Amino acid sequence: MFKGKFIDNLPKIYGTYTGGFLVFIILMAIAEQAGMTAKTIGILFVAFTVCIYAFIGWMSRTVQVDAYYVAGRSVPTVFNGMATAADWMSGASFVAMAGGIYFGGYTYMAFLIGWTGGYILVSSLLAPYLRKFGCYTVPDFIGTRYGGNLARFCAVVVLTLASFTYVTAQINATGTIAARALSIPFELGVWVGLVSILLCSMLGGMRAVTWTQVAQYIVLIIAYLLPIFWISNKGGYGFFPHLMLGEEVARLGELEAQFGLVKNAAADVKAAGVPGGLKSISLPHSEVPAGGMAAWKFISLVICMMVGTASLPHILMRYFTTPSVKAARKSVAWSLFFIALLYTSAPMLATLSKLSLMDPNLATGIIGKDISAVMSIDWVQAWTAQKQAFIADFNGDGVLQLNEWFMRGDVVVLSTPEVAGLPYVISGLVAAGGMAAAMSTADGLILAIANALSHDVYYKIIDPKADVRKRLLVARGLLIVIGAAGAYIASMRITSILGAVAWAFDFAMSGLFFPLVLGVWWKRATRQGAIAGMITGLASGTAYLIYVYPKFMGNPAWLGIDHLRFGIIGASVCLVVMVVVSLMTPAPDSSTQKMIDEVRIPTGKTILGKQH
Amino acid sequence: MSNKEKHWEKTKGNMFLTLALWFFFGYIIFMFGESLNSASFLGYPLAYYMCAQGSIVAFVIILFWSANRQEKIDEECGFAERGEDD
Repeated sequence: MFKGKFIDNLPKIYGTYTGGFLVFIILMAIAEQAGMTAKTIGILFVAFTVCIYAFIGWMSRTVQVDAYYVAGRSVPTVFNGMATAADWMSGASFVAMAGGIYFGGYTYMAFLIGWTGGYILVSSLLAPYLRKFGCYTVPDFIGTRYGGNLARFCAVVVLTLASFTYVTAQINATGTIAARALSIPFELGVWVGLVSILLCSMLGGMRAVTWTQVAQYIVLIIAYLLPIFWISNKGGYGFFPHLMLGEEVARLGELEAQFGLVKNAAADVKAAGVPGGLKSISLPHSEVPAGGMAAWKFISLVICMMVGTASLPHILMRYFTTPSVKAARKSVAWSLFFIALLYTSAPMLATLSKLSLMDPNLATGIIGKDISAVMSIDWVQAWTAQKQAFIADFNGDGVLQLNEWFMRGDVVVLSTPEVAGLPYVISGLVAAGGMAAAMSTADGLILAIANALSHDVYYKIIDPKADVRKRLLVARGLLIVIGAAGAYIASMRITSILGAVAWAFDFAMSGLFFPLVLGVWWKRATRQGAIAGMITGLASGTAYLIYVYPKFMGNPAWLGIDHLRFGIIGASVCLVVMVVVSLMTPAPDSSTQKMIDEVRIPTGKTILGKQH
Repeated sequence: MSNKEKHWEKTKGNMFLTLALWFFFGYIIFMFGESLNSASFLGYPLAYYMCAQGSIVAFVIILFWSANRQEKIDEECGFAERGEDD
């Protein structure tokens, strides 16, 4: 059936895979009708998909450096786009984004703009040039462009800090989903998640991660879109929800006015015993908050997420795997196309699930109904038992008000099929999708860190004479160590999913954005400038985070730049210091200048050799 | 002006044009979100719509458009890659 080279057969292979997955969904639906329990279906969904990823990971095993670090530079544009989309859309995008919009409305949607617009920076400023450079890792570029081990090492530090902040959140998400689908404790779920993640990446490095990510993208996009279209059609909201939910958005505005948007006092919430991380709706869905400060808060968040996107190494390194510079550029466009399929759907999901809870005219509505009646609903019982939802009757009238219903953001996506009364097979599918999203991002991140440590620190700095076998051994050992460290921290449950994710963007932009961009676009940028920029950028950003974050020093935010936006401080300091120091030090020598000229044109040999 | 310099000038031009469009769809319209929302599109308030779909779709289009434009520039200046097509 599949003759010839693997790469030529990709459309057939993944077509068959998608068909197989759809058949599996149908089989599960039949099994559900035949009386299979919800629990078994959940386990089968997660186990089946994870086994497929592990199989792909095993099939893609390799002993070649080129394949391990950059998938042999042979990934076609469209497939690299899918892999990047899976790499990009994390547990946070899949599980928490619709939840964020559900609670935050328009204000939260700054994340949507920030997490998509950043790709324009990637495409026009970085990806094609880094591809031409021919590096294995992002610090590889910094180290070669600026020269010297110190610059390389600084880049590794920023990369590790940013990616590690991000990866704990992903392992946390796999843990949450594994725990729920397999009915095991969260602490154990985290380790189950980790093992699944490592199964994909251990043997084949980037090559294995690439092909599992494509498979994971297919699962996650089906799992995200199917319920939305189903609910929209079932509820009669329109057969194509994206274009047809205008009335529902308006209706939400009416309901908000009817129930009133009340922000609970922190003391009341605490006194009622609401579990940590649960929120009630207190912000309008589509209304734009008034005033210049609100607009600035929106825009400053967009800046951080966009610039952060263009500095995150696990995304940039995906474009090292394309066959050509041209392909790298096109591949960025395809990436955003695949990402947009999910991102434009998240607000629709939030609208539908919010409406199904809030509208008292609907059978599914719970707001404005008797608390005793609400408490007897199955899914309410299930989620409150897991401390993912909570009811606090503040005014004691026995009726559930909008501000008395608390829920964790992640629950919005995971519970919507149940709330809307869809068959359980859809909930199982959603769990598999969330697992795919979190696993694919975690894989990309762990690989980015392990590759930087094994290639840049071990091979380039510590032991440049190491042979291939030893290099790959170290790379794999580091994967396990970093994964285990991430899982350990995740099992301690320190931050909620989103706080940590935004921080990763801020760390990355503080230390890496300008050294990367100026490395290509400004010939005058010097080694001393880049090193000073990375160090001061990261240090000032981190210092500001400590200064402003409520759980650290908790000082009032300056100009609305709070802990989600500290990258603005870090990146600005980085830019100023880098420019000033560069101008104070002698210009880079002629061979560096020539190298930059070569990077700027697509043709010719890569700067770094095929094997380095 | 050498071919390389010409190519880089044009590449820079493409970059600035792309970023200008990016700035419009990513920032300018959201500076006026409040007044934009009184207009509507497909029944959605306009600022909400741009946030949920409009700008994101615009970004995708800009990316493909800009990549094609850059390919033409490479072609024109004789720096287009051969034989390693996707």
